Amino acid sequence: MGLRTPLFSEHERLGARLVPFGGWDMPLHYGSQIEEHHAVRRGAGLFDVSHMRPVDIDGPGALPFLRFLLANDVARLQSPGKALYSCMLNAQGGVVDDLIVYARSPDRYRLVVNAGTADKDIAWMTARCAGFEVVIQPRADLAMIAVQGPEARARAEPRLPAAVRANAMRLQPFFAAEGDGWFVGRTGYTGEDGFEIMLPGEQAAGLWQALLAAGVHPCGLGARDTLRLEAGMNLYGQDMDDTVGPLESGLGWTVAWEPAERDFIGRAALTGLHDDPARRAFVGLLLTGPGIIRNHLKVLSNSVEMGEITSGGFSPTLERSIAFARVAPGLGATCEVEIRGKPVSARVVKPPFVRHGKILVDRLT
Amino acid sequence: MSNVPSDLKYTKSHEWVRDNADGTVTVGITDHAQEALGDIVFVEAPESGREVDADEATAVVESVKAASDIYSPLAGEIVESNDLLTDTPDAINTSPYDEGWIFRLAPSDMAALDGLLDAAAYEKVVEDEA
Repeated sequence: MGLRTPLFSEHERLGARLVPFGGWDMPLHYGSQIEEHHAVRRGAGLFDVSHMRPVDIDGPGALPFLRFLLANDVARLQSPGKALYSCMLNAQGGVVDDLIVYARSPDRYRLVVNAGTADKDIAWMTARCAGFEVVIQPRADLAMIAVQGPEARARAEPRLPAAVRANAMRLQPFFAAEGDGWFVGRTGYTGEDGFEIMLPGEQAAGLWQALLAAGVHPCGLGARDTLRLEAGMNLYGQDMDDTVGPLESGLGWTVAWEPAERDFIGRAALTGLHDDPARRAFVGLLLTGPGIIRNHLKVLSNSVEMGEITSGGFSPTLERSIAFARVAPGLGATCEVEIRGKPVSARVVKPPFVRHGKILVDRLT
Repeated sequence: MSNVPSDLKYTKSHEWVRDNADGTVTVGITDHAQEALGDIVFVEAPESGREVDADEATAVVESVKAASDIYSPLAGEIVESNDLLTDTPDAINTSPYDEGWIFRLAPSDMAALDGLLDAAAYEKVVEDEA
């Protein structure tokens, strides 16, 4: 049996199909994964993401520590509440984890890391904080609910505590507000507008039930995966990991090279790879032939193996299969994916496939 | 509890078989199987005229989660595949025993049908898996 979030009994009551994920027992879906997916693209859906781990990093050394720890530059967070997506690299330039950092004040930050890597991440940070005046505090006491979709913020508004409601509704994308122990970020992992809400675990069921009563559709990890794939967002452990870094997983945009004098873990290794002609590309694929692309299938070009699928599946919005692939340099505009021993045609596209309910790639073959 | 019609035969690998009383049988997957697979998004059906052995992987059903082989319950020749599934593979989810049938087969030995599970025996298989 895995770990259980404060919403476990809510999932059981809704008849969720529960699956192990990152050490937790989590809902895969509550009936139809595809209906859940469409609910987020067209209305509002809610997700229990309490398995993810908030980690508070506070103290006068917090900013210099995070500027050393992360490949993106936390000094870019000039205003309180601003959020930043970053990879945390090892010395070889591989990814220890990907995470979001919120600035709460100049010496208080909140990170949100992945469930399956949380213990590894905290050990990694703790082992590297010597010489920095910081306190690293994992916040397992907080639950986290994501409410996502074009109607998500409006449905959530009346359910937020008065202490945070007005500020939350004024947030620009990628900012957060807090009050009464609630932390509301206008962030997400679906490509739609919405909130990610951290709150005391014992209050989570109340918010969950209120959002259900407001007509927000419960959504499981299955829909979360197809939504993020359409939105062109990476999944740690599939698209990048300890051995594959940001420059080969489409995350070069998250590496802050300037200022050149900032030393961060992994910088030297990334610098070496940056101009390497053998550096692999990370691309989106749209299957034009029949079938479904799955993780680890081979990508071919004129029968020559070019690379591998890192994340693949069925896109409910495009009604065909899409994927991310890591490939040798020089892949053209089309390729083939080897499905059950047979090459099936695909088109190379630039993710995202879908954002804010709109298809961004040409579906025609 | 899933629906297990009493007039059909079943396999341990969750196919159902209907005797059409014209020398052919129709094959699909059970209500239990479709529920376990989740939303079905693609079906690779066999070509008519193909000779298959009993327990041979004959079709592929892909759900949002994974691809699953569908095994022919009996040896014989494929006489038809369900064209409806090309555009509406989720007919298997909504109507596993009717609109969601997968292929029709002319068994080389119709008597082999008696060797398959009846509804009660199949229900036991499902119970034992839980």
